[in-house]
Amino acid sequence: MRIGIDVGGTNTDAVLMDGRYVVAWAKSPTTPDVTGGMLSALRALLAQTDQARAAQAVMIGTTHFTNAVVERKRLAPTAVIRLGAPATASLPPMVDWPADLREAIGGRWFLLEGGHEFDGREINPLDETRLMDVTRRLRDEGVRAVAICGVFSPVNQSNEERAAALVHAAAPELSITLSHQIGRIGLLERENAAILNASLSALSRQIVRALGQALAEVGIAAPFYLSQNDGTLMSAATAEQFPVLTFSSGPANSMRGAAFLSGIKDGIVVDVGGTTTDVGALRHGFPREAGTSVEVGGVRTNFRMPDVYSFGLGGGSVVRDGTGLRIGPDSVGYRLTEQARVFGGEVLTASDIAVAAGLAHMGDLSRVAGLDAQFVRAALAAIQSSVAQAIDRMKVSAQPVPVVLVGGGSCLVADDLTGASEVIRPAYYPIANAIGAAIAQVGGEVDRVYDLSAMSRTAALESAKAEAVERACAAGAAPATLEVVEVEEVPLTYLPSNATRVRVKVVGELQP
Amino acid sequence: MWRISEADLEAIAIGAGILGTGGGGNPYLGKIRMREHLRAGRTATVIPPQAMPDDACVVSVFNMGAPTVGYERLPQGEEDLRALRAVEAYLGRRVDAMVPGEIGGSNSVAPLVVSAQSGIPVIDGDGMGRAFPEIQMDTFAINGISPTPFALCSHKGETEILLGITDPRQVERIARAWAVAHGARAATAGFVMTGAELKRYVIPHTMTLAREVGLAVQTARAQHSDVTGAVLTVTGGRRLLTGKIIDVERRTTAGFAKGSVQVASEDGSYGRIAFQNENLIAWRFADASCNDGTLLAVVPDLICVVNSETGEPVTTELLRYGLRVTVVGIPAPPQLQTARALEFVGPQAFGYDVPYRPLEPIV
Repeated sequence: MRIGIDVGGTNTDAVLMDGRYVVAWAKSPTTPDVTGGMLSALRALLAQTDQARAAQAVMIGTTHFTNAVVERKRLAPTAVIRLGAPATASLPPMVDWPADLREAIGGRWFLLEGGHEFDGREINPLDETRLMDVTRRLRDEGVRAVAICGVFSPVNQSNEERAAALVHAAAPELSITLSHQIGRIGLLERENAAILNASLSALSRQIVRALGQALAEVGIAAPFYLSQNDGTLMSAATAEQFPVLTFSSGPANSMRGAAFLSGIKDGIVVDVGGTTTDVGALRHGFPREAGTSVEVGGVRTNFRMPDVYSFGLGGGSVVRDGTGLRIGPDSVGYRLTEQARVFGGEVLTASDIAVAAGLAHMGDLSRVAGLDAQFVRAALAAIQSSVAQAIDRMKVSAQPVPVVLVGGGSCLVADDLTGASEVIRPAYYPIANAIGAAIAQVGGEVDRVYDLSAMSRTAALESAKAEAVERACAAGAAPATLEVVEVEEVPLTYLPSNATRVRVKVVGELQP
Repeated sequence: MWRISEADLEAIAIGAGILGTGGGGNPYLGKIRMREHLRAGRTATVIPPQAMPDDACVVSVFNMGAPTVGYERLPQGEEDLRALRAVEAYLGRRVDAMVPGEIGGSNSVAPLVVSAQSGIPVIDGDGMGRAFPEIQMDTFAINGISPTPFALCSHKGETEILLGITDPRQVERIARAWAVAHGARAATAGFVMTGAELKRYVIPHTMTLAREVGLAVQTARAQHSDVTGAVLTVTGGRRLLTGKIIDVERRTTAGFAKGSVQVASEDGSYGRIAFQNENLIAWRFADASCNDGTLLAVVPDLICVVNSETGEPVTTELLRYGLRVTVVGIPAPPQLQTARALEFVGPQAFGYDVPYRPLEPIV
């Protein structure tokens, strides 16, 4: 048996599953201390069945990190140190970022001499004197995190590592993210991913520790995993260091859960949470993977993620009627039960609109009885149209497609969705996310450059596969269940060498 | 004559990506650089070739080397301008206009950036009408314009000028070795020509074509109509294959990514495309054994692989198993179909013992 937990911006869901069957589930508001909601959800689960204590594994999916970026909240003041001058000066760090996100992390960047050419030699030696000046300045200015990104660091890590050692020695309190540990070749996208990861460093430490303590507190001794962008699992220690790898875990889990629950293999999944709505496409029961680059909060990154369109609509979205009707993108999030009108608060939220329209029943109806009926209709129409637009964006043709509606906030969306051939609200729809986490598999991946003058293509592929299998087993997969799900080989094109980059991914069930 | 707007830039980048026929590099970064110039109030001027006086001085500007390096070791910013200035310094005069070396891929946008930096206009046209891997494959080289004076500039500002070489193949060899020595990417300026020569040899209005292709894609996407169909309408091309990629084989030799991709077509047949940086030849086979194929399209005709769902061009680097693609054939500009041009850009020039047969007209 496994426990799947989804910590959303508004609600925390927990489910106990025995194979394909839901044994028990519980839902509880997410709390400011991160784990309060998880504890109440787990206690509620344990109150239903004591079997939960004997679960073999706990899988946790969290949208904390994505929400922090989307809402531009709780991000650490972060600086970017790029190594590569004079190259790269034409496109400074964060050049393609939305201005508000750049401001939210402070927008500091430094371009220093350093970095490598494609063949590993240095463009210029690392400018250590300037690096020390920069580090002193960062300490003075209260910067908490640093992303270090060297040109061609995926080929040669030495400059990034040397810079990290020097910065760490001079300012041990700074969190450092090195770009080569996160992204692939493609400087801006890798740098962007590293900056986002660095800006989340404090939050990730806090969250991962709290998750472990919460499980211990309710007496669950099973190991815990975090679900990552591709829907597979990673260890807690890995997650703490690389919070960006959880960025799309929420949508990936909800899509896997929605496919599992509805039986729909090809269609669109709309997951309306408390803070964001995620719209993704299912193909053969799995999330459709995005192309080369994926935008997170308006920033291009190059790690692999499901193709998901997220926007700021959820049960907690703030509804404004000032210069014109506006819903979101900001949300009261987990404070819904204090701040929403129906719960005695002063903020008008999408949930209040749902209650006023009779679509949901929670809190005190009389607190929204005074809302103008026409205004409520207009708000619902705006929600309906924003969801229809998002579906339209994810569709691959003008043909209507089945739409699976999941998530606690999906009551905000009516059945008459433009572009949908049918609208399915499966059983357990409010916890599709947690179910997707509970059924998640373990993966192993190898992404490496092979010199094909020294070995054949077949030998390189076989070697990569064997290593991926080894890694999946080390991460806890049952060998007999492993399947190769992706093979990709890409030579470093136009480069005068016989090098090819091989990427192999295998996925299997967690060893029982 | 027209001034580039942000909307033009977006459309040109999409169109140039498709006209890149699988190579040429992604125009995205050039687009962002150009966008920064536009936002700072500096634009580029595009001028039709006919507007150039016969005695005008025109120079071809482009980057050579590995696109992978271009995405990773981003430019310092003034490489192209410095190469251009080096040619001017040698000539002892200012040039009147720049002509893009190739419209396919990232080299379409690079001259726009130089125009924003210098005020020198960019010709609406180019020397390839698509992307090709080597400099002797442009219409200026094919028609005997001397490649030298030919200036090269690196990211560190190291500049060198080649003189007295009349064979463009020799310039290609030297320049590529120079680029590799400087990190596999170099900005270049060369093929100095008169306005009269430009008008005789240029493939005209390709900047406009790139913009139109881009606009067609944008419109089709917004309306959820057939993106590929929109590309065909603008380019006069035809659909060669529609299906799923089932195998990609690659090998890199002397800096060129060679390989082939196999497509399982929706109609039950199989297709194969051979590429060397760009897509070169497409065949159709009756079954998976891929014997006795029929030729669908041959270089210099354009063979473009686009994502069936989004209309995004799929470069040879991005080909991978499982991708749903549509293969589009577009007739090469007439300037590339002459007997002389085929010696430089026909199938034999790429080592294929296959005759060039122009794409059959659409019935």
